[in-house]
Order: sequence, then structure tokens, then C-alpha cells
Amino acid sequence: MNEGIQRFKGVMLILGVLALWEAVGLFGWVNAKVLPPPHAVAIKWWEYLSPQQPYDADSGSRLSWLLSGELIQDAMGSLYRVLAGFVVGTLLALPIGLVMGASRAAYQLCNPLLQILRPIPPIAYIPLSILWFGLGNPPAIFLIAIGAFFPVLMNTIAGVRAVDGIFLRAARNLGASRTTIFLRVILPASTPYILTGMRIGIGTAFIVVIVAEMIAVNNGLGFRILEAREYFWSDKIIAGMLSIGLIGLAIDQAMSQLNNHLLRWHRGLEH
Amino acid sequence: MASSIVITGVNKTFPTPSGAVVALKDITLEIKAGEFVCLLGPSGCGKSTLLNAVAGFSLPEQGRITVNGQPVTQPGPDRGMVFQEYALFPWMTVAQNVGFGLEIKGLPKADIRSRVNALLKLLKLSEFGERFPRDLSGGMRQRVAIARILALDSPILLMDEPFGALDALTRRSLQDELLRIWSELGKTVLFVTHSIEESIFLADRIVVMTYRPGTIKRDIAVHLPRPRDSSAPEFNQLKRELSELVASEQARHEAAERLALTTD
Ligand SMILES: Nc1ncnc2c1ncn2[C@@H]1O[C@H](COP(=O)(O)OP(=O)(O)OP(=O)(O)O)[C@@H](O)[C@H]1O
Ligand SMILES: [Mg+2]
Repeated sequence: MNEGIQRFKGVMLILGVLALWEAVGLFGWVNAKVLPPPHAVAIKWWEYLSPQQPYDADSGSRLSWLLSGELIQDAMGSLYRVLAGFVVGTLLALPIGLVMGASRAAYQLCNPLLQILRPIPPIAYIPLSILWFGLGNPPAIFLIAIGAFFPVLMNTIAGVRAVDGIFLRAARNLGASRTTIFLRVILPASTPYILTGMRIGIGTAFIVVIVAEMIAVNNGLGFRILEAREYFWSDKIIAGMLSIGLIGLAIDQAMSQLNNHLLRWHRGLEH
Repeated sequence: MASSIVITGVNKTFPTPSGAVVALKDITLEIKAGEFVCLLGPSGCGKSTLLNAVAGFSLPEQGRITVNGQPVTQPGPDRGMVFQEYALFPWMTVAQNVGFGLEIKGLPKADIRSRVNALLKLLKLSEFGERFPRDLSGGMRQRVAIARILALDSPILLMDEPFGALDALTRRSLQDELLRIWSELGKTVLFVTHSIEESIFLADRIVVMTYRPGTIKRDIAVHLPRPRDSSAPEFNQLKRELSELVASEQARHEAAERLALTTD
């Protein structure tokens, strides 16, 4: 009941902001070229979303026609890069993080290098990535992988180090081998940290993909909003930005679902 | 099946910021195969430290511990331990926790399941097999920890206040159950408790420890016939005797602590 009222208030706020925004254009307070009203953005959005060609049965199925709109193509391109980069970054970070967390020697060996590399923002790798990989997907995936790598790595290390020694003792008491301890105790015990790292990592990946597309790729949501700026299509810029926001929200929701599922054993988590 | 434990001249100190704490000093104790020994002593006297040493988690800096004549160098499933903190794996369900030791041994899944079910039934946990430890009360967690160790079927049971969090009724029924398992399967048991009555009810021998340094104050054999009757005069005689021992140790410990506080 109470929750329903809260939700209603939240929706009202959004509607209020939209109304104010519309009013800004309606009363001519701001030039519509600079800040187009929401209905203009919505129209542009629909255009951006819809297929550009009329349906033609010879050239493919209805589904592929429905998905042929520019927005969907851009979103799929961006998502592909995010996921590819995120998977590469995570797959590199996880084993390194597990080893560094579990072995003091490995930690002391790698930590200084890590501390030097970690503060470099992934964006700073853009020139190098273009030199190394040229233009297109490869440099973008490289940058995103770097963006995802460090959060996952740091959290995995912290997670393994935070594993309560009593669990290790209990496992050894039951006769567990090193491998069993690693897979059945250390890994699950550190999943809360690892998942936090992955959530931060995918957020970073999503930021990096937009920037990478503005510079090194000629499609995707980041490319599209920059392109729209050149034609002064501010309605399309905003439509693109809102699409980025919605996709980011969807990714975060998906991560949170995964989190709740994998951590259903965890204390203090309500589902 | 049972195994003997021989502890000779064991010392263990812990370095702390305020100086070294002598947790165990010159502990010598022989536990015969099949014996049930209770460790009794004030909080902080080193009972858990001694159990950890026998379990092989932290080796003493001096002295030796042997099990069946073999020196203890590492932990192993031959010495099943019920931890004071339960140490259940929160990411495993109750049934997975209980079955983990058997899984490690490589038993077939069906065997694990039937053995786990039998243990859950024994410890009145049947309805909770698929729950995670976070859903259980303290006493239920303690019973899961006991079930997990019973599943191992180790010849030696090291139990660190295993019944501490249980209500009186459950405690009594588990004490009876433990005695039954112990006598039927011929286990050797080293059992830590704060309860004088519990120690008299269970033990062949009661070892009373002193506080800082942790030493053995008295080693008392209990000759009462089983099942023991807590209203019997002999039972109460022994209870009085032990109460006095523990109380004097408690007083010494409190005086020492006051002294430590005033000199700090
Ligand atoms: N890892 C450690 N580092 C420093 N001191 C420790 C450590 N473990 C135990 N001690 C100290 O050693 C002494 C014995 O501790 P231990 O846990 O064995 O006591 P205990 O008899 O089991 O007490 P309780 O009945 O409260 O469980 C205590 O004074 C404790 O402060
Ligand atoms: Mg203890």
C-alpha cells in the first residue's frame, strides 16, 4: 500500500519534469533547436526506432525487418562491444584476482605494477588502442576490456582476502584438497565481492563504449549522438541519450537479478 | 576403530600488541582409545586452542601431539571437529553442508543422499535440508555442524561447546544421542564445555584447566555408572567438588584481570 503510494509519487515526478520541459518549449523560454520539447524527442525516437525501408518479403523475415531500425542496430552494436569487452576483461581479471588474493607471494609480485596501471583511466588508452588496433570494434573492445578488468580484479582480490579463515579450516577438517577448497569454498565465499566488481565493471564498460564509439567506431549509440550533433539534431541527441540510459538501466537490472540469484544464501539480502 | 591421543609438554603462545599471551603451558594429557574426555575451564583458558592443536590447525611451538602414535602435522577427516562458531558454509544448503565431507570422500550421490537424510532425521532437521544456514536458529546451526561431523564417521570427535546454543531439552536428547554413538561406534571424544553438569553427565574423565597460563589443574576420573542420574548423591558430590575448583579458578582469573587493568 505504502509502496504503491511511493511508486505513484515517483511516476508523478517524472511526469512533472516532462511537463515542465514541454512548457519550456511551449512558452518559447528556450530555443527548440537547443532544447527540443519531449514530444519532438518522442517523435524522433520513434523514427530512429522504426525500420527505414518498407517491408519487403524477398529481402528477409519480418523479424529482421523489425530489427532493421537504426536505433536497434546501434544498440545491438554497442551491446555487442560491451559484452565482448566485459567478457574478455572479466575472464582475465578473475583468475588473476583469485591467485593474487589467495597467494601472498603473487600479490606482492603483481601489486606494484597494478597500482601503477590502475589509476590510468581506460579513456587514456584511446590513442594507443587506435595505433595498435586501427578503427572499428577491436580498439573499442580493448578499451572496454580494460574498463571492466580493474574493478573485477580489485574486488576479486579483496573478496578472496576477506574469506573467513574458519571456512578454510572447516574444509580442511573435512579433508578437502586444495582444488576443492578453491572451487567450493574460496570461490563461493568471495562471490559477493566478485559480483560487486562485475557490476561496477559493466557500468564502466558502458561508459567506455560510448566514448570509444565517439572516436573509433562509425556506428553504435555513442557514434550516433555525436553524428547528430554535426547536423544540429538535438532531438536525436536526446533520443540517443535516453536510449543509452534505458539500456544501462536494463543491464544493471539484469546484473542485480543475477546477483540475487547467486547470492540467495547471503545474509541480509532480501529477495 | 577408536584412536588414542597423546599430548606431551605442549606450549602455545599468541603474540598480541600488549605482550605474548600464554594460551597453553606444559599440557600433558593422554586420552585412550574410546575414552570420553571433557575439558572444563573459564573462558579464555585455552580450550579451543588445545582442540585446534589436536585438529592440526595450529601446531604447538613446543611439545608433541600424536594420534595413534603418528604425530599430528595437518588437519584431517580422522579428527572431525565441531567448531565453537559452527563454521557452516553459508552458500551451501543444510543437506549440502552435511554431505560435503562425503562428497570429498568421493561417495556416490545416492549413498550421500541416504546418509545425509538419516543424519538430518537423527538431528531433527529433516524439514530443513534445502534451507540455507541463514534461515536457521543458532541451535539448529549447531545441530547441522554436529551432523556434518557425524557424517564423516571419524574415529576421533573434537567438539568445542557443541551443545552451548541448545535449549535444555534438545541438549539432553543430543547428549544421549552422542553417548549412544560414542559407545556403539567406539569413538574417542574430546569435548569442551562450560557446564559442570554436562561434563559429569558425559565424561569418563574431566580435565579442569587454569586461566593464563592455560595449564591442567585437575584430571578427575568419573566412575559413575551410565546412564547417569543427576539426582544421585555421587553425582552431586562430584558437582560440588568441581564447582569449587572452577570457582577458585574463576576468582583467580578475575583477580588477575583486575591486576592487569590497574597496571595497564
Ligand atoms: N589467534 C589468536 N591471537 C591472539 N590471541 C589468541 C588467539 N587465539 C586465542 N588467543 C588467546 O588465547 C587464549 C585462549 O583462547 P581460547 O580461544 O583457546 O580460549 P577458550 O578456552 O576456548 O575460551 P572460550 O571458552 O571463551 O571459548 C585467550 O586468552 C585468547 O585471548
Ligand atoms: Mg573456545
